[in-house]
Amino acid sequence: MDAGGPRSNAGGALADASPVAPLAPAHVTVRGLSKRFANAKAAVYDRFDLDIPRGQLVSVFGPNGCGKSTLINIIAGLIPPDAGEVLFDGKPLRAIKFGYVFQNYREAMFPWLRSIDNIEYPLKLMKLPKAERRARAERMVANLGVKIDLNRYPYELSGGQQQLVSIMRALVVEPEILFLDEPFSALDYEMTLFMRAQLQRIFLETRTTTVLVSHDLEEAVYLADHILLLSRGPAEIADFVHFDATRPRTDATLSDNGFIATKAHCLDIFQREVRKG
Amino acid sequence: MKRDIFDPFLPVLGVIGLVALWYLAVWYQVVDPVLLPSPTDTFKAMYGGMAGGRLGFDFMRTVERTILATLIAAAIAIPLGIFLGASERLYRSVEFVVDFFRSTPASAMFPLFLVLFGVGDETKISVAAFGAMLVVLFNVAYGVMNARKTRLLAAKVMGASRLQVLTDVMLLESLPQTFVGLRNGVSLALVIVVVAEMFIGSTDGLGHRVFEAQQLFNMPDMYAAIFAAGALGYGLNLMFLLVERKFVHWSGK
Repeated sequence: MDAGGPRSNAGGALADASPVAPLAPAHVTVRGLSKRFANAKAAVYDRFDLDIPRGQLVSVFGPNGCGKSTLINIIAGLIPPDAGEVLFDGKPLRAIKFGYVFQNYREAMFPWLRSIDNIEYPLKLMKLPKAERRARAERMVANLGVKIDLNRYPYELSGGQQQLVSIMRALVVEPEILFLDEPFSALDYEMTLFMRAQLQRIFLETRTTTVLVSHDLEEAVYLADHILLLSRGPAEIADFVHFDATRPRTDATLSDNGFIATKAHCLDIFQREVRKG
Repeated sequence: MKRDIFDPFLPVLGVIGLVALWYLAVWYQVVDPVLLPSPTDTFKAMYGGMAGGRLGFDFMRTVERTILATLIAAAIAIPLGIFLGASERLYRSVEFVVDFFRSTPASAMFPLFLVLFGVGDETKISVAAFGAMLVVLFNVAYGVMNARKTRLLAAKVMGASRLQVLTDVMLLESLPQTFVGLRNGVSLALVIVVVAEMFIGSTDGLGHRVFEAQQLFNMPDMYAAIFAAGALGYGLNLMFLLVERKFVHWSGK
Protein backbone atom coordinates (compact mmCIF):
# COMPACT_ATOMS: atom_id res chain seq x y z
CA MET A 1 0.00 0.00 0.00
CA ASP A 2 1.05 3.54 -0.65
CA ALA A 3 2.61 4.95 2.47
CA GLY A 4 0.87 8.20 1.80
CA GLY A 5 3.41 10.60 0.41
CA PRO A 6 1.74 13.98 -0.06
CA ARG A 7 0.88 14.84 -3.65
CA SER A 8 0.90 18.34 -4.91
CA ASN A 9 -2.30 19.53 -6.46
CA ALA A 10 -2.39 23.14 -5.54
CA GLY A 11 -1.06 24.41 -8.83
CA GLY A 12 -4.13 23.27 -10.64
CA ALA A 13 -2.30 20.33 -12.23
CA LEU A 14 -5.12 18.07 -11.23
CA ALA A 15 -4.84 15.48 -13.94
CA ASP A 16 -1.24 14.91 -12.98
CA ALA A 17 -1.62 13.15 -9.66
CA SER A 18 1.83 11.59 -9.71
CA PRO A 19 3.41 11.24 -6.28
CA VAL A 20 5.77 13.99 -5.28
CA ALA A 21 8.47 13.59 -2.65
CA PRO A 22 7.21 14.43 0.85
CA LEU A 23 7.74 18.06 1.73
CA ALA A 24 8.58 17.37 5.33
CA PRO A 25 10.07 14.32 7.00
CA ALA A 26 7.56 11.99 8.61
CA HIS A 27 6.75 12.75 12.23
CA VAL A 28 4.27 10.00 12.80
CA THR A 29 4.47 6.63 11.08
CA VAL A 30 1.51 4.30 11.06
CA ARG A 31 2.32 0.78 9.90
CA GLY A 32 0.12 -2.25 9.35
CA LEU A 33 -2.78 -0.80 11.32
CA SER A 34 -5.79 -3.11 11.55
CA LYS A 35 -9.01 -2.56 13.44
CA ARG A 36 -12.35 -4.30 13.39
CA PHE A 37 -15.10 -3.35 15.82
CA ALA A 38 -17.13 -6.09 17.46
CA ASN A 39 -20.37 -6.81 15.53
CA ALA A 40 -19.05 -5.00 12.44
CA LYS A 41 -19.09 -6.78 9.09
CA ALA A 42 -16.00 -5.21 7.55
CA ALA A 43 -12.77 -4.08 9.17
CA VAL A 44 -12.37 -0.31 9.52
CA TYR A 45 -8.65 -0.60 8.84
CA ASP A 46 -6.77 -3.50 7.31
CA ARG A 47 -2.97 -3.21 7.21
CA PHE A 48 -3.16 0.56 6.85
CA ASP A 49 0.02 2.64 6.43
CA LEU A 50 0.37 6.40 6.78
CA ASP A 51 3.09 9.01 7.26
CA ILE A 52 2.17 12.28 8.93
CA PRO A 53 4.65 15.04 8.04
CA ARG A 54 6.24 17.12 10.78
CA GLY A 55 5.09 20.63 11.60
CA GLN A 56 2.20 20.48 9.15
CA LEU A 57 -1.53 20.61 9.50
CA VAL A 58 -3.17 17.50 8.08
CA SER A 59 -6.93 17.31 7.77
CA VAL A 60 -8.66 13.98 7.50
CA PHE A 61 -11.72 13.84 5.27
CA GLY A 62 -13.84 11.04 3.89
CA PRO A 63 -17.29 9.50 3.60
CA ASN A 64 -19.39 9.02 6.70
CA GLY A 65 -18.36 6.05 8.78
CA CYS A 66 -15.06 5.53 6.98
CA GLY A 67 -13.15 5.78 10.23
CA LYS A 68 -11.82 9.36 10.29
CA SER A 69 -12.21 9.70 14.04
CA THR A 70 -11.21 6.09 14.62
CA LEU A 71 -7.88 6.86 12.94
CA ILE A 72 -6.91 9.69 15.27
CA ASN A 73 -8.39 7.87 18.25
CA ILE A 74 -6.11 4.92 17.55
CA ILE A 75 -3.11 7.18 16.95
CA ALA A 76 -3.86 9.07 20.19
CA GLY A 77 -4.30 5.83 22.13
CA LEU A 78 -8.01 6.21 22.90
CA ILE A 79 -8.85 3.01 21.02
CA PRO A 80 -6.50 0.02 20.97
CA PRO A 81 -5.75 -1.30 17.47
CA ASP A 82 -6.04 -5.01 16.68
CA ALA A 83 -2.65 -4.95 14.98
CA GLY A 84 -0.02 -2.57 13.73
CA GLU A 85 2.05 0.13 15.32
CA VAL A 86 2.13 3.89 15.56
CA LEU A 87 5.43 5.60 16.23
CA PHE A 88 6.32 9.23 16.82
CA ASP A 89 9.91 9.76 15.65
CA GLY A 90 10.30 6.06 16.35
CA LYS A 91 8.97 6.45 19.90
CA PRO A 92 5.73 5.01 21.28
CA LEU A 93 2.84 7.25 22.35
CA ARG A 94 3.58 6.99 26.08
CA ALA A 95 7.02 8.52 25.53
CA ILE A 96 5.68 11.75 23.99
CA LYS A 97 3.46 14.64 24.94
CA PHE A 98 0.36 15.15 22.85
CA GLY A 99 -2.86 17.11 22.97
CA TYR A 100 -6.37 15.97 22.06
CA VAL A 101 -9.39 18.18 21.50
CA PHE A 102 -12.85 16.61 21.60
CA GLN A 103 -15.82 17.62 19.49
CA ASN A 104 -18.03 17.90 22.56
CA TYR A 105 -16.30 20.66 24.53
CA ARG A 106 -19.18 20.81 26.99
CA GLU A 107 -18.49 17.27 28.12
CA ALA A 108 -14.71 17.44 27.76
CA MET A 109 -14.21 20.43 30.09
CA PHE A 110 -14.37 20.02 33.87
CA PRO A 111 -17.23 22.29 34.97
CA TRP A 112 -16.09 22.29 38.61
CA LEU A 113 -12.84 24.02 37.66
CA ARG A 114 -12.43 27.59 36.50
CA SER A 115 -11.29 27.86 32.89
CA ILE A 116 -7.72 28.68 33.91
CA ASP A 117 -7.65 25.63 36.22
CA ASN A 118 -8.96 23.51 33.37
CA ILE A 119 -6.06 24.68 31.25
CA GLU A 120 -3.61 23.93 34.06
CA TYR A 121 -4.98 20.47 34.77
CA PRO A 122 -2.59 18.56 32.45
CA LEU A 123 0.32 20.36 34.14
CA LYS A 124 -1.05 19.25 37.50
CA LEU A 125 -0.98 15.68 36.25
CA MET A 126 2.69 16.31 35.37
CA LYS A 127 3.16 17.23 39.06
CA LEU A 128 4.36 20.77 38.37
CA PRO A 129 4.11 23.12 41.36
CA LYS A 130 1.15 25.49 41.43
CA ALA A 131 3.14 28.66 40.73
CA GLU A 132 4.84 27.17 37.70
CA ARG A 133 1.55 25.83 36.35
CA ARG A 134 -0.02 29.26 36.57
CA ALA A 135 3.01 30.92 35.01
CA ARG A 136 3.09 28.51 32.08
CA ALA A 137 -0.63 28.77 31.44
CA GLU A 138 -0.57 32.55 31.57
CA ARG A 139 2.46 32.74 29.30
CA MET A 140 0.71 30.58 26.71
CA VAL A 141 -2.52 32.55 26.92
CA ALA A 142 -0.55 35.78 26.42
CA ASN A 143 1.40 34.33 23.47
CA LEU A 144 -1.80 33.26 21.78
CA GLY A 145 -3.36 36.66 22.43
CA VAL A 146 -6.53 35.10 23.82
CA LYS A 147 -8.90 37.57 25.44
CA ILE A 148 -11.28 35.52 27.56
CA ASP A 149 -11.93 35.96 31.27
CA LEU A 150 -10.36 32.66 32.33
CA ASN A 151 -11.52 33.06 35.92
CA ARG A 152 -14.97 32.14 34.71
CA TYR A 153 -16.28 28.60 34.77
CA PRO A 154 -16.52 26.88 31.38
CA TYR A 155 -20.34 26.89 31.45
CA GLU A 156 -20.27 30.68 31.73
CA LEU A 157 -18.47 30.97 28.37
CA SER A 158 -19.84 30.79 24.83
CA GLY A 159 -19.41 27.57 22.85
CA GLY A 160 -16.50 28.94 20.84
CA GLN A 161 -14.76 30.27 23.94
CA GLN A 162 -15.18 26.88 25.62
CA GLN A 163 -13.61 25.12 22.66
CA LEU A 164 -10.78 27.66 22.67
CA VAL A 165 -10.15 26.90 26.36
CA SER A 166 -10.24 23.22 25.49
CA ILE A 167 -7.66 23.76 22.72
CA MET A 168 -5.45 25.71 25.14
CA ARG A 169 -5.73 22.86 27.64
CA ALA A 170 -4.37 20.57 24.92
CA LEU A 171 -1.57 23.01 24.04
CA VAL A 172 -0.37 23.90 27.52
CA VAL A 173 1.86 20.83 27.78
CA GLU A 174 3.64 22.00 24.60
CA PRO A 175 2.65 18.86 22.75
CA GLU A 176 4.62 17.38 19.89
CA ILE A 177 1.37 16.67 18.13
CA LEU A 178 -2.16 17.99 18.41
CA PHE A 179 -5.27 16.00 17.51
CA LEU A 180 -8.62 17.67 16.91
CA ASP A 181 -11.76 15.59 16.37
CA GLU A 182 -14.31 17.72 14.49
CA PRO A 183 -13.64 20.56 16.94
CA PHE A 184 -15.96 23.12 15.37
CA SER A 185 -18.92 21.01 14.29
CA ALA A 186 -20.98 21.91 17.35
CA LEU A 187 -20.58 25.65 16.69
CA ASP A 188 -22.64 27.97 14.51
CA TYR A 189 -21.15 29.26 11.25
CA GLU A 190 -20.11 32.65 12.59
CA MET A 191 -18.27 31.04 15.49
CA THR A 192 -16.79 28.41 13.17
CA LEU A 193 -15.20 31.11 11.00
CA PHE A 194 -13.78 32.81 14.09
CA MET A 195 -12.44 29.54 15.44
CA ARG A 196 -10.79 28.61 12.12
CA ALA A 197 -8.89 31.88 12.30
CA GLN A 198 -7.94 31.17 15.91
CA LEU A 199 -6.73 27.67 15.11
CA GLN A 200 -4.69 28.95 12.18
CA ARG A 201 -3.13 31.60 14.41
CA ILE A 202 -2.27 28.99 17.02
CA PHE A 203 -0.78 26.77 14.33
CA LEU A 204 1.35 29.61 12.93
CA GLU A 205 2.44 30.49 16.45
CA THR A 206 3.42 26.98 17.54
CA ARG A 207 3.96 25.02 14.28
CA THR A 208 2.84 21.93 16.12
CA THR A 209 2.13 18.91 13.96
CA THR A 210 -1.66 18.93 13.83
CA VAL A 211 -4.18 16.33 12.73
CA LEU A 212 -7.69 17.66 12.24
CA VAL A 213 -10.70 15.47 11.53
CA SER A 214 -13.34 17.43 9.68
CA HIS A 215 -16.66 16.68 8.04
CA ASP A 216 -16.61 20.02 6.24
CA LEU A 217 -14.58 19.96 3.02
CA GLU A 218 -14.21 23.75 2.90
CA GLU A 219 -12.73 23.73 6.39
CA ALA A 220 -10.57 20.68 5.69
CA VAL A 221 -8.92 22.36 2.67
CA TYR A 222 -8.83 25.89 4.08
CA LEU A 223 -6.88 24.93 7.19
CA ALA A 224 -4.69 22.17 5.82
CA ASP A 225 -1.24 21.75 4.36
CA HIS A 226 -2.30 18.24 3.41
CA ILE A 227 -5.75 16.77 3.02
CA LEU A 228 -5.91 13.05 3.74
CA LEU A 229 -8.83 11.60 1.79
CA LEU A 230 -9.97 8.21 3.04
CA SER A 231 -11.99 5.57 1.27
CA ARG A 232 -14.65 3.41 2.84
CA GLY A 233 -14.03 0.23 4.86
CA PRO A 234 -11.52 -0.99 5.12
CA ALA A 235 -10.24 2.56 4.78
CA GLU A 236 -7.38 3.27 2.44
CA ILE A 237 -5.72 6.46 1.36
CA ALA A 238 -7.81 7.63 -1.58
CA ASP A 239 -5.49 10.61 -2.00
CA PHE A 240 -3.14 12.74 0.07
CA VAL A 241 -3.51 16.20 -1.41
CA HIS A 242 -1.07 19.02 -0.83
CA PHE A 243 -2.49 22.54 -0.50
CA ASP A 244 0.25 25.14 -0.24
CA ALA A 245 -1.57 28.48 -0.23
CA THR A 246 0.36 30.98 1.86
CA ARG A 247 -0.62 31.61 5.48
CA PRO A 248 -2.28 33.35 7.09
CA ARG A 249 -5.17 32.40 4.89
CA THR A 250 -8.13 34.73 4.83
CA ASP A 251 -11.60 34.94 3.37
CA ALA A 252 -9.89 35.82 0.07
CA THR A 253 -8.30 32.37 0.09
CA LEU A 254 -11.78 30.88 -0.22
CA SER A 255 -12.21 32.42 -3.68
CA ASP A 256 -8.62 31.80 -4.75
CA ASN A 257 -8.15 29.58 -7.84
CA GLY A 258 -5.79 27.20 -6.07
CA PHE A 259 -8.28 26.72 -3.26
CA ILE A 260 -11.19 26.14 -5.62
CA ALA A 261 -9.22 23.68 -7.74
CA THR A 262 -7.99 21.74 -4.72
CA LYS A 263 -11.42 21.63 -3.18
CA ALA A 264 -12.94 20.47 -6.50
CA HIS A 265 -10.32 17.76 -6.79
CA CYS A 266 -11.01 16.56 -3.23
CA LEU A 267 -14.73 16.59 -3.92
CA ASP A 268 -14.17 14.45 -7.04
CA ILE A 269 -12.26 11.87 -5.06
CA PHE A 270 -14.83 12.00 -2.27
CA GLN A 271 -17.75 11.45 -4.70
CA ARG A 272 -15.88 8.57 -6.32
CA GLU A 273 -15.43 6.93 -2.91
CA VAL A 274 -19.03 7.54 -1.90
CA ARG A 275 -20.29 5.92 -5.13
CA LYS A 276 -18.01 2.92 -4.56
CA GLY A 277 -19.44 2.36 -1.09
CA MET B 1 -44.47 37.07 30.89
CA LYS B 2 -44.14 40.50 32.46
CA ARG B 3 -41.96 40.63 35.55
CA ASP B 4 -43.13 42.63 38.48
CA ILE B 5 -41.72 43.81 41.81
CA PHE B 6 -44.45 41.76 43.50
CA ASP B 7 -43.22 38.50 41.97
CA PRO B 8 -41.15 37.48 45.03
CA PHE B 9 -44.30 37.72 47.16
CA LEU B 10 -46.33 35.35 44.98
CA PRO B 11 -45.66 32.27 47.18
CA VAL B 12 -47.18 34.19 50.13
CA LEU B 13 -50.53 34.26 48.29
CA GLY B 14 -51.03 30.52 48.70
CA VAL B 15 -50.33 30.78 52.43
CA ILE B 16 -52.76 33.66 52.83
CA GLY B 17 -55.37 31.74 50.82
CA LEU B 18 -54.99 28.64 52.98
CA VAL B 19 -55.24 30.59 56.26
CA ALA B 20 -58.27 32.48 54.90
CA LEU B 21 -60.01 29.21 53.99
CA TRP B 22 -59.18 27.87 57.43
CA TYR B 23 -60.71 30.95 59.12
CA LEU B 24 -63.82 30.59 56.99
CA ALA B 25 -64.15 26.90 57.87
CA VAL B 26 -63.86 27.73 61.56
CA TRP B 27 -66.20 30.74 61.26
CA TYR B 28 -68.97 28.82 59.54
CA GLN B 29 -68.24 25.73 61.65
CA VAL B 30 -67.80 23.46 58.64
CA VAL B 31 -65.87 21.11 60.90
CA ASP B 32 -66.48 20.37 64.56
CA PRO B 33 -64.63 23.16 66.49
CA VAL B 34 -63.07 20.53 68.74
CA LEU B 35 -61.38 18.94 65.72
CA LEU B 36 -60.38 22.16 63.98
CA PRO B 37 -59.15 24.95 66.23
CA SER B 38 -58.80 28.45 64.82
CA PRO B 39 -55.51 29.47 63.16
CA THR B 40 -54.97 31.97 65.99
CA ASP B 41 -55.17 29.26 68.67
CA THR B 42 -52.92 27.01 66.65
CA PHE B 43 -50.24 29.64 66.08
CA LYS B 44 -50.42 30.64 69.74
CA ALA B 45 -49.81 27.02 70.69
CA MET B 46 -46.99 26.82 68.19
CA TYR B 47 -45.33 30.04 69.34
CA GLY B 48 -45.69 29.15 73.02
CA GLY B 49 -44.42 25.63 72.41
CA MET B 50 -41.44 26.64 70.32
CA ALA B 51 -40.40 29.55 72.56
CA GLY B 52 -39.22 27.60 75.58
CA GLY B 53 -42.09 25.08 75.71
CA ARG B 54 -42.19 21.31 75.21
CA LEU B 55 -42.58 21.63 71.44
CA GLY B 56 -39.20 23.32 71.02
CA PHE B 57 -37.52 20.55 72.98
CA ASP B 58 -39.27 17.84 70.97
CA PHE B 59 -38.41 19.65 67.75
CA MET B 60 -34.71 19.63 68.63
CA ARG B 61 -34.80 15.93 69.56
CA THR B 62 -36.24 15.10 66.14
CA VAL B 63 -33.64 17.31 64.44
CA GLU B 64 -30.85 15.51 66.30
CA ARG B 65 -32.13 12.06 65.38
CA THR B 66 -32.75 12.93 61.74
CA ILE B 67 -29.38 14.62 61.25
CA LEU B 68 -27.54 11.82 63.02
CA ALA B 69 -29.31 9.19 60.92
CA THR B 70 -28.51 11.09 57.73
CA LEU B 71 -24.86 11.52 58.71
CA ILE B 72 -24.50 7.82 59.43
CA ALA B 73 -26.22 7.00 56.13
CA ALA B 74 -23.93 9.38 54.21
CA ALA B 75 -20.78 8.13 55.92
CA ILE B 76 -21.54 4.56 54.88
CA ALA B 77 -23.32 5.09 51.56
CA ILE B 78 -21.06 7.65 49.86
CA PRO B 79 -17.81 5.62 50.00
CA LEU B 80 -19.69 2.40 49.32
CA GLY B 81 -21.61 3.95 46.41
CA ILE B 82 -18.40 5.21 44.83
CA PHE B 83 -16.77 1.81 45.27
CA LEU B 84 -19.73 -0.04 43.75
CA GLY B 85 -20.37 2.53 41.03
CA ALA B 86 -16.75 2.56 39.87
CA SER B 87 -17.31 -0.94 38.52
CA GLU B 88 -20.59 -1.30 36.70
CA ARG B 89 -20.45 -5.12 36.88
CA LEU B 90 -19.99 -4.97 40.64
CA TYR B 91 -23.01 -2.70 41.03
CA ARG B 92 -25.13 -4.91 38.77
CA SER B 93 -24.38 -7.83 41.06
CA VAL B 94 -25.75 -6.06 44.15
CA GLU B 95 -28.39 -3.96 42.38
CA PHE B 96 -31.25 -6.35 43.09
CA VAL B 97 -30.47 -6.48 46.81
CA VAL B 98 -30.23 -2.67 47.02
CA ASP B 99 -33.46 -2.17 45.06
CA PHE B 100 -35.26 -4.83 47.07
CA PHE B 101 -34.49 -3.27 50.45
CA ARG B 102 -34.98 0.22 49.04
CA SER B 103 -38.52 -0.87 48.13
CA THR B 104 -39.15 -2.49 51.50
CA PRO B 105 -41.07 -0.07 53.75
CA ALA B 106 -38.61 0.90 56.47
CA SER B 107 -41.43 0.70 59.02
CA ALA B 108 -41.55 -3.05 58.38
CA MET B 109 -38.00 -3.21 59.71
CA PHE B 110 -38.88 -1.78 63.15
CA PRO B 111 -39.51 -5.12 64.88
CA LEU B 112 -36.21 -6.49 63.61
CA PHE B 113 -34.26 -3.44 64.75
CA LEU B 114 -36.11 -3.49 68.09
CA VAL B 115 -34.80 -7.00 68.66
CA LEU B 116 -31.31 -5.87 67.71
CA PHE B 117 -31.10 -2.52 69.49
CA GLY B 118 -33.91 -2.41 72.08
CA VAL B 119 -36.41 0.41 72.56
CA GLY B 120 -33.89 3.26 72.88
CA ASP B 121 -32.71 5.88 70.43
CA GLU B 122 -30.48 3.39 68.65
CA THR B 123 -33.43 1.70 67.00
CA LYS B 124 -35.05 4.91 65.75
CA ILE B 125 -31.78 6.26 64.41
CA SER B 126 -30.58 3.01 62.88
CA VAL B 127 -33.83 2.28 61.02
CA ALA B 128 -33.82 5.84 59.64
CA ALA B 129 -30.13 5.52 58.75
CA PHE B 130 -30.80 2.19 57.06
CA GLY B 131 -33.58 3.65 54.89
CA ALA B 132 -31.65 6.80 54.03
CA MET B 133 -28.47 4.84 53.34
CA LEU B 134 -30.03 2.79 50.55
CA VAL B 135 -31.41 5.92 48.90
CA VAL B 136 -28.05 7.69 49.07
CA LEU B 137 -26.17 4.57 47.97
CA PHE B 138 -28.32 4.09 44.90
CA ASN B 139 -27.92 7.72 43.85
CA VAL B 140 -24.16 7.88 44.44
CA ALA B 141 -23.58 4.65 42.52
CA TYR B 142 -25.64 5.91 39.59
CA GLY B 143 -23.89 9.27 39.70
CA VAL B 144 -20.53 7.53 39.40
CA MET B 145 -21.71 5.12 36.71
CA ASN B 146 -23.26 7.90 34.66
CA ALA B 147 -20.12 10.05 34.70
CA ARG B 148 -19.74 11.49 31.20
CA LYS B 149 -17.60 9.13 29.15
CA THR B 150 -16.00 12.04 27.28
CA ARG B 151 -14.88 13.61 30.55
CA LEU B 152 -13.29 10.37 31.76
CA LEU B 153 -11.65 9.96 28.36
CA ALA B 154 -10.39 13.55 28.46
CA ALA B 155 -8.69 12.93 31.80
CA LYS B 156 -7.25 9.66 30.54
CA VAL B 157 -5.91 11.21 27.35
CA MET B 158 -4.17 13.91 29.43
CA GLY B 159 -2.37 11.13 31.29
CA ALA B 160 -4.46 10.69 34.44
CA SER B 161 -4.06 7.36 36.25
CA ARG B 162 -7.10 5.27 37.16
CA LEU B 163 -6.98 6.64 40.70
CA GLN B 164 -6.72 10.22 39.42
CA VAL B 165 -9.67 9.66 37.08
CA LEU B 166 -11.64 8.48 40.13
CA THR B 167 -10.68 11.34 42.45
CA ASP B 168 -10.48 14.18 39.93
CA VAL B 169 -13.41 13.32 37.68
CA MET B 170 -15.75 10.54 38.82
CA LEU B 171 -16.16 11.87 42.37
CA LEU B 172 -17.04 15.36 41.19
CA GLU B 173 -19.19 14.05 38.36
CA SER B 174 -21.27 12.13 40.89
CA LEU B 175 -21.76 15.10 43.26
CA PRO B 176 -25.02 16.46 41.76
CA GLN B 177 -26.59 13.00 41.94
CA THR B 178 -25.16 12.51 45.43
CA PHE B 179 -27.01 15.62 46.57
CA VAL B 180 -30.24 14.33 45.06
CA GLY B 181 -29.67 11.22 47.16
CA LEU B 182 -28.92 13.24 50.31
CA ARG B 183 -32.05 15.34 49.93
CA ASN B 184 -34.24 12.28 49.40
CA GLY B 185 -32.38 10.52 52.19
CA VAL B 186 -32.92 13.26 54.77
CA SER B 187 -36.63 13.44 53.89
CA LEU B 188 -36.99 9.70 54.32
CA ALA B 189 -34.99 9.76 57.57
CA LEU B 190 -37.37 12.40 58.95
CA VAL B 191 -40.43 10.30 58.03
CA ILE B 192 -38.98 7.23 59.71
CA VAL B 193 -37.85 9.13 62.82
CA VAL B 194 -41.28 10.74 63.30
CA VAL B 195 -43.08 7.42 62.90
CA ALA B 196 -40.65 5.76 65.30
CA GLU B 197 -41.21 8.52 67.84
CA MET B 198 -44.96 7.86 67.70
CA PHE B 199 -44.92 4.16 68.32
CA ILE B 200 -41.61 2.96 69.71
CA GLY B 201 -41.62 3.73 73.43
CA SER B 202 -40.76 7.39 73.00
CA THR B 203 -40.84 10.13 75.56
CA ASP B 204 -39.87 12.97 73.26
CA GLY B 205 -39.65 14.06 69.61
CA LEU B 206 -42.19 15.57 67.23
CA GLY B 207 -43.83 12.22 66.55
CA HIS B 208 -44.34 11.73 70.25
CA ARG B 209 -45.71 15.29 70.57
CA VAL B 210 -48.28 14.82 67.78
CA PHE B 211 -49.36 11.47 69.15
CA GLU B 212 -49.61 12.68 72.74
CA ALA B 213 -51.55 15.84 71.81
CA GLN B 214 -54.01 13.69 69.88
CA GLN B 215 -54.42 11.28 72.81
CA LEU B 216 -55.07 14.24 75.15
CA PHE B 217 -57.40 15.79 72.56
CA ASN B 218 -55.31 18.97 72.61
CA MET B 219 -55.94 19.93 68.99
CA PRO B 220 -54.05 23.28 68.85
CA ASP B 221 -50.96 21.46 70.18
CA MET B 222 -51.38 18.67 67.66
CA TYR B 223 -51.66 21.03 64.70
CA ALA B 224 -48.75 23.05 66.03
CA ALA B 225 -46.59 19.91 66.15
CA ILE B 226 -47.68 18.92 62.63
CA PHE B 227 -46.69 22.35 61.30
CA ALA B 228 -43.40 22.18 63.16
CA ALA B 229 -42.70 18.83 61.48
CA GLY B 230 -43.60 20.34 58.11
CA ALA B 231 -41.33 23.30 58.71
CA LEU B 232 -38.54 20.93 59.69
CA GLY B 233 -38.90 18.83 56.55
CA TYR B 234 -39.01 21.91 54.36
CA GLY B 235 -36.07 23.48 56.17
CA LEU B 236 -33.87 20.39 55.90
CA ASN B 237 -34.55 20.11 52.18
CA LEU B 238 -33.84 23.81 51.70
CA MET B 239 -30.62 23.53 53.69
CA PHE B 240 -29.30 20.75 51.45
CA LEU B 241 -30.39 22.68 48.38
CA LEU B 242 -28.44 25.76 49.50
CA VAL B 243 -25.36 23.70 50.33
CA GLU B 244 -25.65 22.04 46.92
CA ARG B 245 -25.88 25.38 45.12
CA LYS B 246 -22.80 26.56 46.94
CA PHE B 247 -20.61 23.50 46.36
CA VAL B 248 -22.04 21.99 43.18
CA HIS B 249 -22.39 25.23 41.27
CA TRP B 250 -22.19 23.42 37.92
CA SER B 251 -25.21 21.19 38.63
CA GLY B 252 -27.58 21.17 35.66
CA LYS B 253 -25.27 23.31 33.52
